[in-house]
Amino acid sequence: MKRIYMDHAATTAVRPEVLEAMLPYFSTEFGNPSSVYSWGRSARKALDSARDQVAALLGASASEIVFTSGGSEGANLAIKGVAWADQNRGKHIITSAIEHHAVLDTVLWLETQGFEVTILPVDEYGLVSPSQVEQALRPDTILVSIMHANNEVGTIQPISEIGAIVRRHGARFHTDAVQTAGVLELNVDALNVDLLSISAHKFYGPKGVGALYVRKGVRLSPLIHGGGQEKRRRAGTENTAGIVGLAKAFELAQRDRIAENQRLTALRDRLIEGLVKIPHTRVNGSLEQRLPNNVNVCFEYIEGESMLLNLDLRGIAASSGSACTSGSLDPSHVLLAMGLSHEIAHGSLRLTLGRENTEADVDFVLQEIPGIVERLRAMSPLYQE
Amino acid sequence: MYSDKVMDHFTNPRNVGEIPNADGVGEVGNARCGDIMKMWIKVENNVITDIKFKTFGCGAAIATSSMITELAIGKTVEEAEKITNQQVAEALEGLPPLKMHCSNLAAEALGAAIADYRSRTATTA
Repeated sequence: MKRIYMDHAATTAVRPEVLEAMLPYFSTEFGNPSSVYSWGRSARKALDSARDQVAALLGASASEIVFTSGGSEGANLAIKGVAWADQNRGKHIITSAIEHHAVLDTVLWLETQGFEVTILPVDEYGLVSPSQVEQALRPDTILVSIMHANNEVGTIQPISEIGAIVRRHGARFHTDAVQTAGVLELNVDALNVDLLSISAHKFYGPKGVGALYVRKGVRLSPLIHGGGQEKRRRAGTENTAGIVGLAKAFELAQRDRIAENQRLTALRDRLIEGLVKIPHTRVNGSLEQRLPNNVNVCFEYIEGESMLLNLDLRGIAASSGSACTSGSLDPSHVLLAMGLSHEIAHGSLRLTLGRENTEADVDFVLQEIPGIVERLRAMSPLYQE
Repeated sequence: MYSDKVMDHFTNPRNVGEIPNADGVGEVGNARCGDIMKMWIKVENNVITDIKFKTFGCGAAIATSSMITELAIGKTVEEAEKITNQQVAEALEGLPPLKMHCSNLAAEALGAAIADYRSRTATTA
Protein backbone atom coordinates (compact mmCIF):
# COMPACT_ATOMS: atom_id res chain seq x y z
CA MET A 1 0.00 0.00 0.00
CA LYS A 2 1.20 3.46 -0.90
CA ARG A 3 1.70 5.56 2.22
CA ILE A 4 1.05 9.30 2.23
CA TYR A 5 2.49 11.35 5.06
CA MET A 6 0.57 14.57 5.64
CA ASP A 7 1.55 15.39 9.20
CA HIS A 8 4.60 17.59 8.65
CA ALA A 9 3.62 19.92 11.48
CA ALA A 10 4.21 16.95 13.79
CA THR A 11 7.61 16.01 12.43
CA THR A 12 9.52 15.58 9.17
CA ALA A 13 12.02 13.13 7.71
CA VAL A 14 15.69 14.08 7.84
CA ARG A 15 16.91 15.19 4.41
CA PRO A 16 19.67 12.97 2.98
CA GLU A 17 22.09 15.91 2.74
CA VAL A 18 21.46 16.65 6.41
CA LEU A 19 22.06 13.07 7.48
CA GLU A 20 25.27 13.00 5.46
CA ALA A 21 26.52 16.19 7.12
CA MET A 22 25.79 14.71 10.55
CA LEU A 23 27.35 11.26 10.16
CA PRO A 24 31.04 12.08 10.77
CA TYR A 25 30.17 13.57 14.18
CA PHE A 26 28.86 10.23 15.41
CA SER A 27 32.03 8.36 14.43
CA THR A 28 35.35 9.76 13.27
CA GLU A 29 34.75 13.29 14.62
CA PHE A 30 33.24 12.15 17.90
CA GLY A 31 35.31 14.42 20.13
CA ASN A 32 34.01 16.57 22.96
CA PRO A 33 34.00 20.19 21.73
CA SER A 34 35.44 21.24 25.10
CA SER A 35 38.58 19.10 24.69
CA VAL A 36 41.85 20.68 23.63
CA TYR A 37 43.21 17.91 21.38
CA SER A 38 42.46 17.47 17.69
CA TRP A 39 39.22 15.48 18.10
CA GLY A 40 37.85 18.18 20.34
CA ARG A 41 39.04 20.97 18.06
CA SER A 42 37.34 19.35 15.09
CA ALA A 43 34.03 19.12 16.96
CA ARG A 44 34.46 22.69 18.21
CA LYS A 45 35.02 23.89 14.68
CA ALA A 46 31.83 22.19 13.49
CA LEU A 47 29.91 23.66 16.42
CA ASP A 48 31.21 27.17 15.79
CA SER A 49 30.44 26.98 12.13
CA ALA A 50 26.89 25.69 12.82
CA ARG A 51 26.37 28.54 15.26
CA ASP A 52 27.58 31.10 12.68
CA GLN A 53 25.25 29.60 10.09
CA VAL A 54 22.17 29.68 12.34
CA ALA A 55 23.00 33.19 13.53
CA ALA A 56 23.35 34.42 9.95
CA LEU A 57 20.01 32.90 8.95
CA LEU A 58 18.33 34.72 11.85
CA GLY A 59 20.15 38.01 11.34
CA ALA A 60 21.77 37.55 14.75
CA SER A 61 25.27 37.22 16.20
CA ALA A 62 26.75 33.84 17.00
CA SER A 63 26.94 34.68 20.70
CA GLU A 64 23.16 35.12 20.72
CA ILE A 65 22.45 31.47 19.77
CA VAL A 66 21.92 28.80 22.43
CA PHE A 67 21.55 25.24 21.21
CA THR A 68 18.90 23.23 23.03
CA SER A 69 17.26 19.82 22.87
CA GLY A 70 14.33 21.17 20.85
CA GLY A 71 11.34 23.45 20.83
CA SER A 72 10.03 22.54 24.26
CA GLU A 73 13.36 23.19 25.94
CA GLY A 74 13.73 26.42 23.98
CA ALA A 75 10.36 27.67 25.19
CA ASN A 76 11.07 26.57 28.76
CA LEU A 77 14.49 28.20 28.77
CA ALA A 78 13.19 31.44 27.27
CA ILE A 79 10.24 31.75 29.62
CA LYS A 80 11.59 30.39 32.91
CA GLY A 81 15.00 31.84 32.14
CA VAL A 82 13.68 35.40 31.76
CA ALA A 83 11.12 35.02 34.55
CA TRP A 84 13.78 33.94 37.04
CA ALA A 85 16.38 36.45 35.88
CA ASP A 86 14.00 39.42 35.81
CA GLN A 87 11.68 38.66 38.72
CA ASN A 88 13.03 41.59 40.70
CA ARG A 89 11.67 43.88 37.97
CA GLY A 90 8.18 42.39 38.04
CA LYS A 91 6.26 39.16 38.03
CA HIS A 92 3.73 39.59 35.25
CA ILE A 93 3.81 37.46 32.10
CA ILE A 94 1.55 37.67 29.04
CA THR A 95 0.84 34.91 26.56
CA SER A 96 -2.02 33.78 24.31
CA ALA A 97 -4.65 31.07 24.60
CA ILE A 98 -3.46 29.23 21.48
CA GLU A 99 0.20 28.70 22.36
CA HIS A 100 1.78 25.27 22.17
CA HIS A 101 1.66 23.55 25.55
CA ALA A 102 5.43 23.98 25.85
CA VAL A 103 4.69 27.68 26.33
CA LEU A 104 1.26 27.54 27.93
CA ASP A 105 2.07 24.92 30.54
CA THR A 106 5.37 26.62 31.39
CA VAL A 107 3.61 29.94 31.99
CA LEU A 108 0.88 28.24 34.03
CA TRP A 109 3.52 26.50 36.12
CA LEU A 110 5.18 29.85 36.79
CA GLU A 111 1.78 31.07 37.98
CA THR A 112 1.89 28.41 40.69
CA GLN A 113 5.33 29.79 41.65
CA GLY A 114 4.04 33.29 42.36
CA PHE A 115 4.07 34.88 38.90
CA GLU A 116 0.97 36.60 37.54
CA VAL A 117 -0.25 35.52 34.13
CA THR A 118 -2.50 37.09 31.52
CA ILE A 119 -3.68 34.74 28.79
CA LEU A 120 -4.93 36.73 25.82
CA PRO A 121 -7.91 35.51 23.82
CA VAL A 122 -7.82 35.15 20.02
CA ASP A 123 -10.41 35.95 17.37
CA GLU A 124 -12.29 33.36 15.32
CA TYR A 125 -9.28 32.97 13.00
CA GLY A 126 -6.88 32.40 15.85
CA LEU A 127 -5.30 35.85 15.63
CA VAL A 128 -3.87 37.68 18.63
CA SER A 129 -4.66 41.40 18.55
CA PRO A 130 -1.67 43.75 19.04
CA SER A 131 -3.93 46.27 20.76
CA GLN A 132 -4.96 43.64 23.29
CA VAL A 133 -1.30 42.96 23.98
CA GLU A 134 -0.82 46.67 24.55
CA GLN A 135 -3.78 46.84 26.93
CA ALA A 136 -2.51 43.84 28.89
CA LEU A 137 1.00 45.27 29.39
CA ARG A 138 1.65 46.59 32.90
CA PRO A 139 4.63 48.29 34.54
CA ASP A 140 5.50 44.94 36.15
CA THR A 141 5.22 42.92 32.92
CA ILE A 142 8.58 41.26 32.33
CA LEU A 143 7.81 38.91 29.47
CA VAL A 144 5.41 38.39 26.58
CA SER A 145 5.38 35.11 24.65
CA ILE A 146 3.33 34.84 21.44
CA MET A 147 3.87 32.13 18.85
CA HIS A 148 4.86 33.08 15.32
CA ALA A 149 2.45 30.65 13.67
CA ASN A 150 0.07 28.21 15.24
CA ASN A 151 0.85 24.51 14.91
CA GLU A 152 -2.78 23.40 14.62
CA VAL A 153 -4.49 25.94 12.39
CA GLY A 154 -1.46 27.63 10.81
CA THR A 155 -2.47 31.19 11.67
CA ILE A 156 0.49 33.58 11.38
CA GLN A 157 0.59 36.26 14.07
CA PRO A 158 1.59 39.92 13.58
CA ILE A 159 4.81 39.33 15.52
CA SER A 160 6.70 42.39 14.33
CA GLU A 161 3.86 44.70 15.37
CA ILE A 162 3.43 43.00 18.74
CA GLY A 163 7.20 43.06 19.28
CA ALA A 164 7.38 46.82 18.72
CA ILE A 165 4.66 47.36 21.34
CA VAL A 166 6.32 45.07 23.87
CA ARG A 167 9.69 46.76 23.38
CA ARG A 168 8.15 50.21 23.97
CA HIS A 169 6.96 48.95 27.33
CA GLY A 170 10.35 47.55 28.27
CA ALA A 171 9.32 43.90 28.60
CA ARG A 172 11.05 40.95 26.89
CA PHE A 173 9.39 39.30 23.91
CA HIS A 174 9.69 35.62 23.03
CA THR A 175 8.23 34.01 19.94
CA ASP A 176 7.86 30.28 19.43
CA ALA A 177 8.92 30.02 15.78
CA VAL A 178 8.90 26.23 15.67
CA GLN A 179 6.32 26.17 12.86
CA THR A 180 7.83 29.02 10.84
CA ALA A 181 11.53 28.17 10.79
CA GLY A 182 12.36 27.16 7.24
CA VAL A 183 9.03 28.57 6.04
CA LEU A 184 9.00 32.33 6.68
CA GLU A 185 11.80 34.84 6.76
CA LEU A 186 13.09 34.91 10.33
CA ASN A 187 15.01 38.09 10.95
CA VAL A 188 15.10 38.81 14.65
CA ASP A 189 15.42 42.56 14.15
CA ALA A 190 12.57 42.77 11.65
CA LEU A 191 10.44 40.64 13.99
CA ASN A 192 11.30 42.82 17.02
CA VAL A 193 11.90 39.77 19.19
CA ASP A 194 14.27 39.29 22.13
CA LEU A 195 13.98 35.52 22.15
CA LEU A 196 13.02 33.07 19.41
CA SER A 197 12.90 29.29 19.59
CA ILE A 198 13.17 26.76 16.76
CA SER A 199 13.31 22.97 16.48
CA ALA A 200 15.26 21.06 13.82
CA HIS A 201 12.89 18.15 13.26
CA LYS A 202 10.17 20.45 11.96
CA PHE A 203 12.34 21.47 8.99
CA TYR A 204 13.82 18.14 7.88
CA GLY A 205 16.51 18.08 10.55
CA PRO A 206 16.98 15.56 13.37
CA LYS A 207 14.85 15.26 16.50
CA GLY A 208 16.29 16.24 19.87
CA VAL A 209 17.93 19.48 18.82
CA GLY A 210 16.80 23.09 18.64
CA ALA A 211 18.08 26.60 19.01
CA LEU A 212 17.08 29.59 21.08
CA TYR A 213 17.99 33.08 19.99
CA VAL A 214 18.67 35.33 22.99
CA ARG A 215 19.22 39.01 22.20
CA LYS A 216 22.43 40.49 23.59
CA GLY A 217 21.65 42.08 26.95
CA VAL A 218 18.73 39.79 27.79
CA ARG A 219 19.43 38.11 31.10
CA LEU A 220 18.63 34.42 31.30
CA SER A 221 18.81 31.98 34.20
CA PRO A 222 19.79 28.51 32.96
CA LEU A 223 17.52 25.48 33.34
CA ILE A 224 20.48 23.12 33.33
CA HIS A 225 23.51 23.80 35.50
CA GLY A 226 26.78 21.93 35.40
CA GLY A 227 29.18 23.35 32.86
CA GLY A 228 30.25 26.37 30.90
CA GLN A 229 28.76 25.29 27.58
CA GLU A 230 26.58 27.71 25.61
CA LYS A 231 28.04 30.61 27.58
CA ARG A 232 26.71 29.16 30.82
CA ARG A 233 23.16 29.29 29.54
CA ARG A 234 22.87 25.54 28.95
CA ALA A 235 25.22 23.05 30.56
CA GLY A 236 25.96 19.68 29.03
CA THR A 237 28.21 18.34 26.30
CA GLU A 238 26.91 19.67 23.02
CA ASN A 239 24.97 17.43 20.64
CA THR A 240 27.48 18.08 17.87
CA ALA A 241 25.91 15.84 15.22
CA GLY A 242 22.44 17.18 15.97
CA ILE A 243 23.60 20.78 15.91
CA VAL A 244 25.40 20.26 12.60
CA GLY A 245 22.19 18.69 11.28
CA LEU A 246 20.09 21.58 12.52
CA ALA A 247 22.29 24.15 10.83
CA LYS A 248 22.40 22.23 7.56
CA ALA A 249 18.63 21.62 7.53
CA PHE A 250 17.89 25.25 8.42
CA GLU A 251 20.17 26.49 5.66
CA LEU A 252 18.54 24.23 3.05
CA ALA A 253 15.02 25.10 4.17
CA GLN A 254 15.66 28.84 4.08
CA ARG A 255 17.34 28.48 0.68
CA ASP A 256 14.39 26.60 -0.82
CA ARG A 257 11.57 28.24 1.04
CA ILE A 258 10.17 30.66 -1.56
CA ALA A 259 9.75 28.13 -4.35
CA GLU A 260 8.61 25.44 -1.91
CA ASN A 261 6.06 27.77 -0.32
CA GLN A 262 4.57 28.51 -3.73
CA ARG A 263 4.30 24.83 -4.49
CA LEU A 264 2.80 23.99 -1.09
CA THR A 265 0.34 26.89 -1.21
CA ALA A 266 -1.07 25.56 -4.48
CA LEU A 267 -1.40 22.05 -3.01
CA ARG A 268 -2.91 23.43 0.19
CA ASP A 269 -5.54 25.42 -1.68
CA ARG A 270 -6.39 22.45 -3.87
CA LEU A 271 -6.88 20.35 -0.74
CA ILE A 272 -9.02 22.98 1.00
CA GLU A 273 -11.16 23.51 -2.10
CA GLY A 274 -11.79 19.79 -2.40
CA LEU A 275 -12.57 19.28 1.28
CA VAL A 276 -15.08 22.10 1.62
CA LYS A 277 -17.17 20.42 -1.08
CA ILE A 278 -18.10 17.89 1.61
CA PRO A 279 -21.31 19.18 3.25
CA HIS A 280 -21.12 20.51 6.83
CA THR A 281 -17.39 21.14 6.63
CA ARG A 282 -15.67 24.29 7.89
CA VAL A 283 -12.13 25.51 7.48
CA ASN A 284 -10.39 26.49 10.72
CA GLY A 285 -8.01 29.42 10.86
CA SER A 286 -7.32 32.33 8.57
CA LEU A 287 -7.29 31.88 4.82
CA GLU A 288 -4.94 34.87 4.39
CA GLN A 289 -2.55 34.73 7.37
CA ARG A 290 -1.87 31.03 7.00
CA LEU A 291 1.16 28.76 6.76
CA PRO A 292 1.57 27.45 3.19
CA ASN A 293 1.35 23.82 4.29
CA ASN A 294 -1.54 23.87 6.75
CA VAL A 295 -5.04 22.52 6.17
CA ASN A 296 -7.39 22.28 9.15
CA VAL A 297 -11.08 21.48 8.77
CA CYS A 298 -13.94 20.29 10.94
CA PHE A 299 -16.38 17.71 9.67
CA GLU A 300 -19.50 18.13 11.72
CA TYR A 301 -21.15 15.09 13.38
CA ILE A 302 -18.03 12.91 13.42
CA GLU A 303 -15.14 12.46 15.79
CA GLY A 304 -11.52 12.98 14.80
CA GLU A 305 -9.86 9.81 16.02
CA SER A 306 -12.21 7.54 14.09
CA MET A 307 -11.40 9.69 11.06
CA LEU A 308 -7.64 9.23 11.63
CA LEU A 309 -7.98 5.46 12.05
CA ASN A 310 -9.85 5.24 8.76
CA LEU A 311 -7.23 7.37 7.01
CA ASP A 312 -4.46 5.23 8.48
CA LEU A 313 -6.14 2.11 7.08
CA ARG A 314 -5.75 3.76 3.66
CA GLY A 315 -2.13 4.67 4.31
CA ILE A 316 -2.72 8.36 5.03
CA ALA A 317 -1.11 9.99 8.09
CA ALA A 318 -2.88 13.04 9.52
CA SER A 319 -3.78 14.45 12.91
CA SER A 320 -6.78 15.76 14.81
CA GLY A 321 -7.63 18.03 17.69
CA SER A 322 -10.15 15.58 19.16
CA ALA A 323 -9.93 14.75 22.85
CA CYS A 324 -8.72 11.23 22.08
CA THR A 325 -5.73 12.61 20.25
CA SER A 326 -5.06 15.55 22.58
CA GLY A 327 -4.41 13.24 25.52
CA SER A 328 -7.04 14.92 27.67
CA LEU A 329 -10.81 14.83 27.93
CA ASP A 330 -11.15 18.12 26.09
CA PRO A 331 -10.59 18.68 22.41
CA SER A 332 -7.96 21.12 21.11
CA HIS A 333 -7.50 24.21 23.29
CA VAL A 334 -6.73 26.12 20.10
CA LEU A 335 -10.06 25.35 18.43
CA LEU A 336 -11.95 26.04 21.67
CA ALA A 337 -10.14 29.40 22.04
CA MET A 338 -11.27 30.26 18.50
CA GLY A 339 -14.85 29.82 19.65
CA LEU A 340 -15.67 26.37 18.28
CA SER A 341 -18.02 24.18 20.31
CA HIS A 342 -16.63 21.02 21.88
CA GLU A 343 -18.77 18.94 19.57
CA ILE A 344 -17.38 20.51 16.41
CA ALA A 345 -13.82 20.68 17.71
CA HIS A 346 -13.89 16.89 18.23
CA GLY A 347 -14.32 16.51 14.46
CA SER A 348 -11.22 18.40 13.39
CA LEU A 349 -8.70 17.08 10.89
CA ARG A 350 -5.29 18.58 10.26
CA LEU A 351 -3.33 17.78 7.11
CA THR A 352 0.09 19.39 6.90
CA LEU A 353 1.92 19.14 3.61
CA GLY A 354 5.63 18.79 3.01
CA ARG A 355 8.46 18.25 0.59
CA GLU A 356 7.51 14.74 -0.53
CA ASN A 357 3.81 15.48 -1.15
CA THR A 358 2.60 15.78 -4.72
CA GLU A 359 -0.59 16.79 -6.45
CA ALA A 360 -1.35 13.09 -6.90
CA ASP A 361 -1.17 12.68 -3.09
CA VAL A 362 -3.62 15.53 -2.62
CA ASP A 363 -5.98 13.99 -5.16
CA PHE A 364 -5.76 10.58 -3.51
CA VAL A 365 -6.61 12.11 -0.12
CA LEU A 366 -9.50 14.01 -1.68
CA GLN A 367 -10.74 10.80 -3.23
CA GLU A 368 -10.66 8.88 0.09
CA ILE A 369 -11.99 11.40 2.61
CA PRO A 370 -15.59 11.93 1.42
CA GLY A 371 -16.42 8.23 1.72
CA ILE A 372 -14.93 8.03 5.21
CA VAL A 373 -16.89 11.07 6.36
CA GLU A 374 -20.08 9.68 4.87
CA ARG A 375 -19.62 6.31 6.52
CA LEU A 376 -18.91 7.80 9.95
CA ARG A 377 -21.83 10.17 9.65
CA ALA A 378 -24.10 7.25 8.75
CA MET A 379 -23.32 5.75 12.16
CA SER A 380 -23.46 9.05 14.06
CA PRO A 381 -26.52 9.66 16.24
CA LEU A 382 -25.96 13.41 15.76
CA TYR A 383 -26.40 13.33 12.01
CA GLN A 384 -29.78 13.61 10.34
CA GLU A 385 -29.75 13.48 6.58
CA MET B 1 -2.54 0.80 19.96
CA TYR B 2 -5.83 -1.05 19.37
CA SER B 3 -6.18 -4.84 19.34
CA ASP B 4 -7.05 -6.63 16.09
CA LYS B 5 -10.47 -7.35 17.53
CA VAL B 6 -11.11 -3.64 18.19
CA MET B 7 -9.98 -2.80 14.65
CA ASP B 8 -12.24 -5.56 13.29
CA HIS B 9 -15.29 -4.13 15.06
CA PHE B 10 -14.25 -0.59 14.15
CA THR B 11 -13.87 -1.33 10.46
CA ASN B 12 -16.84 -3.72 10.24
CA PRO B 13 -19.18 -2.64 12.98
CA ARG B 14 -22.04 -5.07 13.62
CA ASN B 15 -25.63 -3.91 13.94
CA VAL B 16 -25.26 -0.26 12.99
CA GLY B 17 -28.53 1.58 12.51
CA GLU B 18 -31.85 2.23 14.15
CA ILE B 19 -34.89 0.07 14.92
CA PRO B 20 -38.02 1.98 13.87
CA ASN B 21 -40.42 0.38 16.37
CA ALA B 22 -37.95 -0.33 19.12
CA ASP B 23 -39.14 -1.51 22.52
CA GLY B 24 -36.43 0.48 24.25
CA VAL B 25 -34.06 3.29 23.29
CA GLY B 26 -31.16 4.57 25.37
CA GLU B 27 -28.55 7.27 24.87
CA VAL B 28 -25.48 8.03 26.97
CA GLY B 29 -22.45 10.30 26.80
CA ASN B 30 -22.30 13.84 25.53
CA ALA B 31 -20.77 15.76 22.68
CA ARG B 32 -18.58 17.70 25.10
CA CYS B 33 -16.46 14.68 25.91
CA GLY B 34 -16.66 13.39 22.37
CA ASP B 35 -18.62 10.16 22.82
CA ILE B 36 -22.35 9.62 22.31
CA MET B 37 -23.89 6.17 22.07
CA LYS B 38 -27.49 5.51 21.19
CA MET B 39 -28.94 2.00 21.35
CA TRP B 40 -32.24 0.53 20.18
CA ILE B 41 -33.56 -2.88 21.37
CA LYS B 42 -36.37 -5.15 20.30
CA VAL B 43 -37.62 -7.50 23.03
CA GLU B 44 -39.80 -10.57 22.54
CA ASN B 45 -40.75 -12.86 25.45
CA ASN B 46 -38.18 -11.08 27.60
CA VAL B 47 -35.41 -11.90 25.11
CA ILE B 48 -33.45 -9.29 23.14
CA THR B 49 -34.18 -10.30 19.55
CA ASP B 50 -32.70 -7.29 17.81
CA ILE B 51 -30.31 -4.52 18.79
CA LYS B 52 -28.88 -1.63 16.81
CA PHE B 53 -26.62 1.30 17.61
CA LYS B 54 -25.35 4.63 16.42
CA THR B 55 -22.21 6.13 17.90
CA PHE B 56 -20.37 9.43 17.64
CA GLY B 57 -16.91 8.83 18.98
CA CYS B 58 -13.47 7.38 18.68
CA GLY B 59 -12.43 3.91 17.53
CA ALA B 60 -12.98 2.44 21.00
CA ALA B 61 -16.45 3.96 21.27
CA ILE B 62 -17.50 2.44 17.95
CA ALA B 63 -15.92 -0.95 18.67
CA THR B 64 -17.43 -1.29 22.15
CA SER B 65 -20.87 -0.37 20.79
CA SER B 66 -20.57 -3.00 18.10
CA MET B 67 -19.28 -5.65 20.51
CA ILE B 68 -22.07 -5.21 23.06
CA THR B 69 -24.69 -5.73 20.37
CA GLU B 70 -23.13 -9.15 19.67
CA LEU B 71 -22.97 -9.96 23.38
CA ALA B 72 -26.55 -8.90 24.08
CA ILE B 73 -28.47 -10.41 21.20
CA GLY B 74 -30.38 -13.55 22.18
CA LYS B 75 -29.97 -12.88 25.90
CA THR B 76 -32.80 -12.28 28.33
CA VAL B 77 -33.20 -8.72 29.52
CA GLU B 78 -31.85 -9.72 32.94
CA GLU B 79 -28.80 -11.42 31.42
CA ALA B 80 -28.15 -8.50 29.10
CA GLU B 81 -28.20 -5.89 31.80
CA LYS B 82 -25.55 -7.81 33.73
CA ILE B 83 -23.02 -7.23 30.91
CA THR B 84 -20.32 -4.89 32.22
CA ASN B 85 -18.03 -2.49 30.41
CA GLN B 86 -15.17 -4.68 31.63
CA GLN B 87 -16.65 -7.71 29.86
CA VAL B 88 -17.04 -5.69 26.67
CA ALA B 89 -13.40 -4.64 26.88
CA GLU B 90 -12.31 -8.25 27.50
CA ALA B 91 -14.35 -9.51 24.55
CA LEU B 92 -12.44 -6.98 22.46
CA GLU B 93 -9.11 -8.37 23.75
CA GLY B 94 -8.53 -5.25 25.79
CA LEU B 95 -8.60 -1.49 25.32
CA PRO B 96 -5.81 1.05 25.79
CA PRO B 97 -5.83 2.25 29.44
CA LEU B 98 -6.92 5.78 28.49
CA LYS B 99 -9.97 4.39 26.70
CA MET B 100 -11.17 2.20 29.58
CA HIS B 101 -12.96 5.12 31.17
CA CYS B 102 -13.75 7.72 28.54
CA SER B 103 -15.03 5.58 25.69
CA ASN B 104 -16.14 2.36 27.34
CA LEU B 105 -19.80 3.29 27.76
CA ALA B 106 -21.59 0.57 25.86
CA ALA B 107 -22.97 -1.18 28.97
CA GLU B 108 -24.46 2.13 30.11
CA ALA B 109 -26.06 2.63 26.69
CA LEU B 110 -27.58 -0.84 26.75
CA GLY B 111 -28.65 -0.28 30.37
CA ALA B 112 -30.40 2.94 29.35
CA ALA B 113 -32.23 1.11 26.54
CA ILE B 114 -33.32 -1.62 28.97
CA ALA B 115 -34.47 0.97 31.51
CA ASP B 116 -36.52 2.61 28.77
CA TYR B 117 -38.00 -0.76 27.82
CA ARG B 118 -38.93 -1.42 31.46
CA SER B 119 -40.57 1.97 31.89
CA ARG B 120 -42.63 1.41 28.73
CA THR B 121 -43.80 -2.07 29.81
CA ALA B 122 -44.57 -0.76 33.29
CA THR B 123 -46.89 1.92 31.89
CA THR B 124 -48.63 -0.44 29.45
CA ALA B 125 -49.09 -3.18 32.08
